[in-house]
Amino acid sequence: MQSYHIFSDCALINGAIYFGLSVLCVFIIMAFAGLSVVAERKVCAYIQGRWGPNRTAIAVVEDIPFVGNFLKKNGLMQLAADGLKFLLKEDPLPKHVKKIWYMLAPVMALAPVLIVAGVIPFGVYWQDGRAYPVSIANIDISLLVALAVGGLGVYGAIMAGWSSNSKYPYLGAMRAAAQVISYELAMGLSVLPVILMASYNGVSALSIFEIAKMQSGDVWLCMLQPLSALIFLVALFAETNRLPFDMAESETDFVSGYHTEYGSFKFGLFFVGEYGHVVVGSALFIALFLGGWDPLPGCDWPSSWGIVSTLLSVATFLVKVAFMVVFFIWIRWTVPRFRNDQVMTLGWKCLVPLAALNFVAYLIYTSIA
Amino acid sequence: MAIIVERKRLSFWERTYLPQILSGLYITLKNFFAPKVTLEYPDQQPVIPQGYRGAPVLVCDSDGRHKCVSCQLCEFVCPSKAIKVTPSAIPEDSQYAFIEKGPADFQIDMSRCIYCGLCQEACPEQAIFMGSEFSINAYTRAGLVRHKDDLYKIGGVVPDKIMKWQKIKEREAK
Ligand code: SF4
Ligand code: SF4
Repeated sequence: MQSYHIFSDCALINGAIYFGLSVLCVFIIMAFAGLSVVAERKVCAYIQGRWGPNRTAIAVVEDIPFVGNFLKKNGLMQLAADGLKFLLKEDPLPKHVKKIWYMLAPVMALAPVLIVAGVIPFGVYWQDGRAYPVSIANIDISLLVALAVGGLGVYGAIMAGWSSNSKYPYLGAMRAAAQVISYELAMGLSVLPVILMASYNGVSALSIFEIAKMQSGDVWLCMLQPLSALIFLVALFAETNRLPFDMAESETDFVSGYHTEYGSFKFGLFFVGEYGHVVVGSALFIALFLGGWDPLPGCDWPSSWGIVSTLLSVATFLVKVAFMVVFFIWIRWTVPRFRNDQVMTLGWKCLVPLAALNFVAYLIYTSIA
Repeated sequence: MAIIVERKRLSFWERTYLPQILSGLYITLKNFFAPKVTLEYPDQQPVIPQGYRGAPVLVCDSDGRHKCVSCQLCEFVCPSKAIKVTPSAIPEDSQYAFIEKGPADFQIDMSRCIYCGLCQEACPEQAIFMGSEFSINAYTRAGLVRHKDDLYKIGGVVPDKIMKWQKIKEREAK
């Protein structure tokens, strides 16, 4: 089975195109991460009755009619200022850290996110009557890759906490590790019914694309498997270290958690990594449970429109990701954070058994039906 | 006596915590679209309430007479030594020459002033008032020191009911 698209007969050109696409994919994820930082500040401000960043302006851009004002009022030029600040600030290397791991940790926090982005199907295109995902790599076990590599992100936090050689980062890292272990389990268990369902439908059950395609023009999986979707979503919040589960950072008790000792660009990488994780996590959730690139349940972009449908599907997917990111932010500014023991209780005593029960219940249901 | 508070038994849905999250989301959503309370300060100016005590300034009476007689009481009372009065005679040809003294220069160092209002209280002539100005900026320290002319300009006119000096003048004329 041909699992990836061949643009040209020449392997070199093909490789070059794939390289270009990968860069584009990284660029899109980065852009989304940057925009979610702005969205975070804006949404939180609006919820708290403030305006948020609306004064930062770049001299020439500001004077463009309409656009300039739009960018300024929506804090989009603040993004440039933030980015520049991270780039230009002094990059201190504390004396007491373990240097190699200390330097490696931010990379470790960001890299898994970008790798996972490679298997996310951002849309669909058709060739010779067959559908292919708009993704860098179309592999049959993309769901496994996404779960496994996505879970690696926590190594960034652990490395950072360990190598920082100071107490708060260390505690933050330990909590991150404990949290990821417990919620990874719940997450894995919660997708089992989905995988089972996909395999009953006779599709390659471990491929995100196939699962998404299964929902295309049909009901979405979040309606068929609401409990799975809920557990997956909660686990996703924990995985991405977002409030109400920000045990690893918890400014209230650990200064800033595992990246306390970091500054400037290295901190920026952690920051982008965190938001990148949110973006990729949202994309995963959408592909698995929210109908992928379908605009509404039960209606999809017809394959007869060809390239137009492809573009529309990608656009739909990205819009959904944007909504999902806003939902993440919305939750963050609504739900107060849990204590560590509450997080553990919720994970081990609630989500894991519930996910297992859900799976067993689905098994029984399908074997009877 | 200890009071035992009866804890309400939570229903199943309440214990799942989900309805609370949903209602919380609804509240934050309402707030999201609610009008913002932020005053966009340099673009919008706040409404200064009556009786606001901002920066101390000098005032004239309704005849346009500079009220300060440079008695220096404010200078003595000022706890942060922000005021510096340079007394001098009022020029012979002025119609107010009989008052004898007026400041040649009157400096208030706004980088020292603590807005305590003691100068206003101490002044026997009601010549110094706490104005309504609240935002005082300058690029240099010297820029924060205000001089007599500026102080009178900002202070403007405060109508004087008693007109003490006019009465004294009339009495002397008789
Ligand atoms: S308000 Fe207080 S500190 Fe300021 S000038 Fe008057 S007496 Fe001095
Ligand atoms: S402002 Fe009042 S207290 Fe100060 S010198 Fe003038 S008259 Fe005297």
